[in-house]
Amino acid sequence: MANTGWDEFEIGAMLRSFDGKIDDIAGTLQEDRAYSQSNSFVASVADWRIEKPVFNKDFCIDCQFCWVYCPDISIISRDKKMIGIDMDHCKGCGICVEVCPTNPKSLLMFPEHADEEAELTNWPAKDEEK
Amino acid sequence: MSFKKMELREVEVWDGNFAAAQAMRQCQIDVVAAYPITPSTPIVEGYAKFLADNYVEGEFVMVESEHAAMSGCIGAAAAGGRVATATSSQGFALMVETLYQASGMRLPIVLNVVNRALAAPLNVNGDHSDMYLGRDSGWIQFDAYCPQDAYDLNFIAFKVSEDHDVRLPAMVHQDGFMTSHTAQGVKTLTDDQGYNFVGDYKPMNDMLDFEHPVTHGVQTEEDWHFEHKARQHNDLMTKVFPKIEQAFADFEKLSGRKYNIVEKYDVDDADVVVVCMGTSVETAREVAAEMREKGIKAGVLGLRVIRPFPFKQISEALQNVKAIATLDRSNPNGAAGMLFNEIAGSLFNTDTKALLSGYIYGLGGRDLTKAHLTDLFTELQANVDAGKVTTPLQQFIGVRGPKLSFL
Repeated sequence: MANTGWDEFEIGAMLRSFDGKIDDIAGTLQEDRAYSQSNSFVASVADWRIEKPVFNKDFCIDCQFCWVYCPDISIISRDKKMIGIDMDHCKGCGICVEVCPTNPKSLLMFPEHADEEAELTNWPAKDEEK
Repeated sequence: MSFKKMELREVEVWDGNFAAAQAMRQCQIDVVAAYPITPSTPIVEGYAKFLADNYVEGEFVMVESEHAAMSGCIGAAAAGGRVATATSSQGFALMVETLYQASGMRLPIVLNVVNRALAAPLNVNGDHSDMYLGRDSGWIQFDAYCPQDAYDLNFIAFKVSEDHDVRLPAMVHQDGFMTSHTAQGVKTLTDDQGYNFVGDYKPMNDMLDFEHPVTHGVQTEEDWHFEHKARQHNDLMTKVFPKIEQAFADFEKLSGRKYNIVEKYDVDDADVVVVCMGTSVETAREVAAEMREKGIKAGVLGLRVIRPFPFKQISEALQNVKAIATLDRSNPNGAAGMLFNEIAGSLFNTDTKALLSGYIYGLGGRDLTKAHLTDLFTELQANVDAGKVTTPLQQFIGVRGPKLSFL
């Protein structure tokens, strides 16, 4: 799009969400949708993040709280199973961590540059006070 | 079609407002969002009555302001309907923000503007202040001189505006009271003729096309804004006039009435020409004819299209004229006047040696009399005889007290 000339785009302050005709969009998974280049789905906002959530599937009970509460639809869940986080669109708000009910939490915030494998290895133990 | 058709006489006695309302009825508009303001109120009032009486299949949206009226029109146009409204003066001023939205979003809305002065002091009568306020808003602007024009230009405005190569909103201007409330004979089209001229509305990128979802009114910053504006200006400069000429030609075939981008009355062999707009064109024509009887080769040039500005057409039309007067019916507030500036721009860099002088007249509905115009043509002839402009470049016509002039 960077090389598109002034006379090459569609007129009007108008952008298309999808390339071509869409059919059952609600029944189509995000990865299968023909998002257009101008759809915000294709833009990464990963660099907005200062902290990132790390997901530890060992403690997850698939309650879907994080999926429900995420304001950016960045929790990837398939067949009611938590799969991971869409790191292109997560802005690091930490709401998923806040609402996670497990002990220890299955989602924790770490600095953006933290090593995920190392943090998973050093995951906090169950908090007996709770 | 579930609505009734109206039997019209070949010639009806209509004022400009009712003529515009009838044209809107015959175009079968899907959505009119409107707020009343003098002197344009009878247009939307008339349209609402047609709707209530089942002469139209559409929606009339009553809103809380003119800003909301145009916003409603924008939403309806983006959704994919044929849309129109009307306003004047202060209401037009309140609409200004949304006018730029409509043109930038390339939505073909038709706005009937019944020209009226802008406060302060508050004034309900006709001048061109509101029309001038809209001239940089990216709309096409047509100017009617009489109720017949107001009727005809509505059809032409829909036809041009809705063309997929154009997709720019259009204003049809008429003078407050002088046109809007003065009943004259108006030659009509039948409902079928009128509707078939504009044709069925063809949506483009409409939001109600659920198989092709679109986001309207997006944001761009320094990365893309300029390209969008450049595209809009390009289309105004290159695509609109050919479509207007085509629409004028088609309309002549249908009605026998011929419109031109610039209306020339005895201009071709004229020594002195007055350039003006609105009802003043008709007065000036009458005086020019009288001047010819006195041996002064007088002519009148009326602008039928104000935006895009007919730069080339005016330059060509005035090339052999010796003295030109521009009549601006809007307070230039610290400048020479829109017509003076634009016409000076059209003629500069050409071979003409025409003398150009500007006049400000008719503010707040002040009459432009035949005596004023007789004096004006006489002044122009004196300029021709002297070979130079013998008066100040900017003079006020018809204002009280000592003669007022500048430049």
